[in-house]
Amino acid sequence: MEQLIQQIASGLANGAVYASLALALVMIFVSTHHINFAQGEMAMFSAYMVWQLLQWEAPFWIALPTVALVSFVIGVAVERAILRPLRHAPVLSIVVVFIGLLTIFHSMAGAIWGHTIKDFPSPFPNMSFVGSGYIGPHQIGMIAVTMLLLLGLFAFFRLTPLGLAMRASAQNPASARLAGIRVDWMLALGWGLAAALGAVAGTLVAPVVFLEPNMMSGILLYGFAAALVGGIDNPGGAVAGGFIVGVLENLAGYFGNLMEKATGVYIVGNGEKLMVALVIVIAVLTLKPSGLFGRATARRV
Amino acid sequence: MAALLEVEALDAFYGQTQALHGVSFALAPGGITALLGANGAGKTTTLRSICNMVRTQGSILIDGRPINRLPTEEIVRIGVGHVPEGRGTFTNLSVDENLRVAAYSRRDRAACERDREMVYEFFPILKQRLAQQAGTLSGGEQQMLAVSRALMLSPRLMLLDEPSFGLAPIVVQEIFHIMRRINSQAKVSMLLVEQNATLALELADHAHVLETGRVVMSGTSATIKNNEAIRKSYLGY
Repeated sequence: MEQLIQQIASGLANGAVYASLALALVMIFVSTHHINFAQGEMAMFSAYMVWQLLQWEAPFWIALPTVALVSFVIGVAVERAILRPLRHAPVLSIVVVFIGLLTIFHSMAGAIWGHTIKDFPSPFPNMSFVGSGYIGPHQIGMIAVTMLLLLGLFAFFRLTPLGLAMRASAQNPASARLAGIRVDWMLALGWGLAAALGAVAGTLVAPVVFLEPNMMSGILLYGFAAALVGGIDNPGGAVAGGFIVGVLENLAGYFGNLMEKATGVYIVGNGEKLMVALVIVIAVLTLKPSGLFGRATARRV
Repeated sequence: MAALLEVEALDAFYGQTQALHGVSFALAPGGITALLGANGAGKTTTLRSICNMVRTQGSILIDGRPINRLPTEEIVRIGVGHVPEGRGTFTNLSVDENLRVAAYSRRDRAACERDREMVYEFFPILKQRLAQQAGTLSGGEQQMLAVSRALMLSPRLMLLDEPSFGLAPIVVQEIFHIMRRINSQAKVSMLLVEQNATLALELADHAHVLETGRVVMSGTSATIKNNEAIRKSYLGY
């Protein structure tokens, strides 16, 4: 029982990271209908930048916001310089560009910082408190930081005029232009926010998976699964999907182990966790393509 | 008097297809001008050209200033409120948010508040619907919201694309009545595209009849109304 609670708690902690990544994916998807395959590598690159600042002995809570800001600028620049000229290009060309971006960030990280695995210190103090048998301080920190971030984003989109303009641009770009909104900049801003969000996600997960250029490849897959579970056009759903996928992933491993102990048959264990994400993706796409919280869309033809 | 809007030798294109051929007309400040014609005559295209939503050649001047090369959002900021075909409602946003989005480009808060009150005065029903999701409004209410969004820009010129489309006659009457009030009270000039020629000629002081992308007749509403040949061949009544 205790182990089950532990698994759920750490599932929620990983889920927080999946939720952030899923939200970053959704943020770009709702305004451009593109899935940014490079989202994970951009997050990885940001995590390396934080690590570099830490090596230069910057305090973590200065390094992270600085890198989030730099990532925001990189996100805006990628949109303006690379995707803007391609706005009328067919969707396959865009996919190729995303894969190119993925490779670029991947190779740049390897070239600058090397391919060896690096230890990434947790920024959260190691203290014990009630219930700390179930969940570690870093995991609580992951959940707390993500929650704060999501709350901030929610407030930004709900309460500020700029957030409202971004929502309007995503929903009806032609109409937003007719309201005098500079829609092109809103798209770039969405890219920037997604990149900043990815930076935080990458940095939070780095102490768990360790720092290396491949660190985000599996995690991005979970991010996709989370976004799909929640409905790819639904920010709130993406967050819920992140936590659902995080917990499901751990439970699959947990019950797989139990079953193996009871019957001696090995079906799924910790090694197959990544498969869980893929099974979720396939299940959602076949059973309920619009996701748990998404709206089914009809199109007049 | 200098023209508020001046369109000179305007060509417009959708891909390779030319939709307008040398359209020229002018609109005096304070007036209401109607663009009439059958389906595909180029009425909507003319409005879209003014807001740079299609590829054009020729010149379009607002207060004597050429606007052809400006992006849509900058033309809007000069004071052109476009009520688009299909109303352009932000369906997932509330009515209140729709109105706030419309005033996004403005920095004059007090004047925005006054315009908000003016909108409520013209369309009291919207004040009751503020918290409602705009997509759930009736067609007539969405049309009122579309006109209100344009009003929140504090425009000098309003481009109206078939405000009567798909609405019950009694609702159309109401909206046209309010458009006249907007024109006289808020001093907004209007360029009106309508299929319903009778209705449009009642409201407008001038009209231009378009056929296959060309202006075939221009004049005061009265002249056009009384020209039997034009009426029979282009306006269909």
